[in-house]
Amino acid sequence: MLLEIKNLNVYYGVIQALKDVSFHVDEGEVVALIGANGAGKTTTLHTISGLLKPKSGEIIYKGKNIVTISGNKIVSMGMAHVPEGRRVFADLSVAQNLKMGAYTRRNKKEIEDTMAMVYDRFPRLKERQTQKAGTLSGGEQQMLAMGRALMSHPDIILMDEPSMGLSPIFVNEIFDIIKSVHKDGTTVLLVEQNAKKALTIADRAYVLETGSITMEGKATDMLNNDSIRKAYLGE
Amino acid sequence: MLSFLTSLVNGLSLGSIYAIIALGYTMVYGIAKMLNFAHGDFIMVGSYVIFIFVSNLGLSPVIAIPVAVVLCLILGVTTERVAYRPLRNAASPLAVLITAIGVSYLLENVALLIFGADTKSFTSVIPWSGITLAGGEIRIQGVTIITIITSVVILLALQFFVHKTREGQAMLAVAQDRSAATLMGIDVNKTISLTFAIGSALAAIAGAFLCSAYPSLTPYTGAMPGIKAFVAAVLGGIGSIPGAMLGGLVLGVIEILARTYISTQLSDAIVFGILVVVLLVKPTGILGKIIQEKV
Repeated sequence: MLLEIKNLNVYYGVIQALKDVSFHVDEGEVVALIGANGAGKTTTLHTISGLLKPKSGEIIYKGKNIVTISGNKIVSMGMAHVPEGRRVFADLSVAQNLKMGAYTRRNKKEIEDTMAMVYDRFPRLKERQTQKAGTLSGGEQQMLAMGRALMSHPDIILMDEPSMGLSPIFVNEIFDIIKSVHKDGTTVLLVEQNAKKALTIADRAYVLETGSITMEGKATDMLNNDSIRKAYLGE
Repeated sequence: MLSFLTSLVNGLSLGSIYAIIALGYTMVYGIAKMLNFAHGDFIMVGSYVIFIFVSNLGLSPVIAIPVAVVLCLILGVTTERVAYRPLRNAASPLAVLITAIGVSYLLENVALLIFGADTKSFTSVIPWSGITLAGGEIRIQGVTIITIITSVVILLALQFFVHKTREGQAMLAVAQDRSAATLMGIDVNKTISLTFAIGSALAAIAGAFLCSAYPSLTPYTGAMPGIKAFVAAVLGGIGSIPGAMLGGLVLGVIEILARTYISTQLSDAIVFGILVVVLLVKPTGILGKIIQEKV
């Protein structure tokens, strides 16, 4: 098990956002976390990557409880997080954004190799490498956010709503990229409101409802589950 | 004409001092997103340290200035750690602003307690008397020349640091988005501490030049230049490093020219009048960027 979440309880002030959330991600998997707006999906990712501290519970990553480790140190343990809304550094160029993603790495040669690999995967970013990130389209910013996360050479990548606000063409492109990132050996924990898309590329999935996990299983089973189809697939 | 040139050079010198202070102000604002109103008082602390070492202990400024720089640096980092950091995520951004004003009064009153209210006569740290031009018609003091050169060197060093080093890049990232910076592996707390360290060290250097050019030292010495440097930072575009430099120089020149040609008493009113006009006409300052509130 690469990542195991045990009985996670997270509060915003007095409001409980996550209630006893437990799930796990095995190495090499794509795990989807689906659920409605406000169910606690983003909170879950923020807690895993150390931006939020839980009130109780454990986050075991590579056999180590990382709950007390600060967010910036978790990155160098091989965990990258593509945040909701992209959060690219708007005033910095595409290339500078990518270099920022490699902040935890010191070897210049390796960084350049990874950068070449990222440009390979996202030719559009290469074309725009001197352009300021703020001037990119939403889809391009999403690519940049993903490329930036890949720059840290992660073992697991947490993706928060990568398809949000994108045109259908870009949505397909982004999901193709997630598939290929996974194929190259990176484990993916995917949070999505677009449940259908998420379930088609995931191995397993969990459903989060108002802060609790209410269902789990194989993604293919979930796609055929009646209640899921009604609640999340709009059928 | 000659007197105009003399005024211009003096203005650039005073402006360079404002610029050095404004650089600290603007970096702290840009990266920590707070106005450190105690920044001006760091200047006063640095100046007293130099005063003790040079005038009381008879040591060379070559020793006194680095000591003042280090002590101000420690003071700045400690102030941030003890007084500002706990309020960083406070519900109202006013909390930290008011605390900064409190720190300012605290420093002034501690200085009053230790050194008394009487004016100390500061010995210039620049022993060089300067140069004369145009057959003795124009005399430029050594401290004037050194101040201007130093401020340019500091500007270039900061630009290099911010754009070419790892720590500088971390500052740019933290300035734009703290959470995203954390997700890059950047230690936000450490980056903000470093910013305070640089800003406070610059305040000590500014103190050395300020008190060499205007050699009367009191516990309130830093207050007025601190506020004027704030005006300079706003004028140039708060958060912008070249903006702080430009704003400082423009403000210094305007202040000296106003003092020479309009009225000594009115010069401060003119300086603050500029703040009002800038805020009305171009709130982002000369080199400032429009801050977009993202929804």
